[in-house]
Amino acid sequence: MENKAKFNVYSLPYFLWIVCFVIAPILLVLYYSLFDIDGNFSFVNYQNFFTPVYLMMTVNSFWYAFLITFFSLLVAYPTAYLLTKTKHKQLWLLLIIVPSWINLLLKAYAFIGIFGTYGAANKFLEGIGIGSRQILFTDFSFIFVSVYIFIPFMILPIFNALNKLNPTLIAAANDLGASGWVTFRRVIFPLTLDGVKSGCQVVFIPALSLFMLTRLISGNRVITLGTAIEQHFLVIQDWGMGSTIAVFLIIFMFLIMALTGARKRGV
Amino acid sequence: MKQLVRTFLTIILVSIVLLSITNRLNQSQGFSGSNTLTVYNWGDYIDTDLINRFEKETGIKVIYETFDSNEAMMTKIEQGGTTYDVAVPSEYMIDKMIKENLLIPLDHSKLPNLKNIDERFLNLPFDPDNLYSIPYFWGTVGIVYNPEMLGGMEITSWNDLWDRKLRNEILLIDGAREVIGMGLNSLHYSLNDTNPKHLQEAKAKLDTLTPNIKAIVGDENKLLLANREAAIGITWSGDASEIMSENEDLDYVVPSEGSNLWFDNMVIPKTAKNIDGAHAFINFMLDAKVAAQNTEYVSYSTPNKAALEFMPEEMVNDERFYPAPELTDKLEVYENLGKRNLATYNELFLEFKMHRK
Repeated sequence: MENKAKFNVYSLPYFLWIVCFVIAPILLVLYYSLFDIDGNFSFVNYQNFFTPVYLMMTVNSFWYAFLITFFSLLVAYPTAYLLTKTKHKQLWLLLIIVPSWINLLLKAYAFIGIFGTYGAANKFLEGIGIGSRQILFTDFSFIFVSVYIFIPFMILPIFNALNKLNPTLIAAANDLGASGWVTFRRVIFPLTLDGVKSGCQVVFIPALSLFMLTRLISGNRVITLGTAIEQHFLVIQDWGMGSTIAVFLIIFMFLIMALTGARKRGV
Repeated sequence: MKQLVRTFLTIILVSIVLLSITNRLNQSQGFSGSNTLTVYNWGDYIDTDLINRFEKETGIKVIYETFDSNEAMMTKIEQGGTTYDVAVPSEYMIDKMIKENLLIPLDHSKLPNLKNIDERFLNLPFDPDNLYSIPYFWGTVGIVYNPEMLGGMEITSWNDLWDRKLRNEILLIDGAREVIGMGLNSLHYSLNDTNPKHLQEAKAKLDTLTPNIKAIVGDENKLLLANREAAIGITWSGDASEIMSENEDLDYVVPSEGSNLWFDNMVIPKTAKNIDGAHAFINFMLDAKVAAQNTEYVSYSTPNKAALEFMPEEMVNDERFYPAPELTDKLEVYENLGKRNLATYNELFLEFKMHRK
């Protein structure tokens, strides 16, 4: 009885936090989404969302978020795997995480310099005889920089999952005659799937609403839902439409969480 | 626990001591709470020497804050948290602020230096009789380009940009009215056109420009153009002159079809506490010598006729930044089109951005 009372008192800050900074903002976003540009109550914003412009934008956002997640995973999994094999795991991990402490904008500006026509990347291409080409303001540069920024968030959960993996299981697989590939496919990967899933969530969801990079690195050639929200709030001051797009993003995120989380219970 | 409480108490005590010291220091310099003036201006848009001079001459302490967009500025003034005494919005925003009762009418008897301002820039549609605002700087929207990178090609009009030779060479500015306006101007429509058919035509015309566009960027364009990342940029004249001081190869042109003429004006917002001080500050900035010094620093075009005498001749005679009245008559000032039309402009701009090469 006494225990229960104590629990309530100490969880008060937690509940206050959730109410003030999670539930209230979501309700506010919902509330604002129900007003049109002149401040009248209407569902016109929701109708607007289902016009080709915003549907196209949604498809674009998903496609780029998918590419970013896919390439992050492609790089992060082997890296995390190698990390667990090194001698000073924590040190290497720290070295990978440190760049994420640097401000995002600062890194973006650095990439403008590196990828520019007269930047280091083109000097290198010229040096090896390929010749300089446009790198900045292309899909490639956008995905490259996004992957670079998100990679630490993908590596961490995968590293943790791999690190927790019981080495005797691998030894057992070897003893039973499984080749390296089969061991990976049937033992290591399924056991670290949770890490992969949370990594994908942590990358995919923010990637869906990226906005500064779309201007700085891809020169507004890639338009995502995040860009549209920024424009509706800051330029047009149409908070209704901005909120409506945000509502859809929230719905998409819940769907993604539900889809990636469901199988966990089934296993 | 005890230690935690002690730490907190120490922090609070130190803060109180520091606060009282700053207060004391301000008072000893003759700055008291009632004798301050909060100026709210664009970033890097005043010669800070002049602020010091104003403080010395009048004994008023100036608190200088900056903003980076008209919208952000207006939101802050609407909320009224800070007592801004002088602000410098652009013309379409002044129109909006007057309509929403956010500005205090000016007392022209306290602004004797108003006589220095060129009459061309007074009594404009967004603020008839300059009841609420006084011109600070003005300029145009145009094309800054690098003739050397284009093999000596000369650009004089918006339509020149559609040339096939200019593939992947243009950096547009990330502004809906500027870009859609460029489409409208190239078709010889007004910049303030709200006819949906004309707007669709302008957007369709802009779509055909996409192969020539390298990127649509914000303030980074200054860096990119100065570094020869692209040969052509669409931007405001002030930014252009800044880029040109970085890289002398570049040239600026106001397109022959017409373009936008813009103003940044000084106003006294509703939040003002020190209204006399605000008038004194505006009058000080209108002084011929002060305006000349400020213009040399900021390098935008000054509306102050008397100041031109104190400025270097090559600056005043530069037709690109001080175009003749015949040309400025052809330029258009943005009208406040209302939220709905602005939304249409922005929606078209988004669609245009999504148009792939």
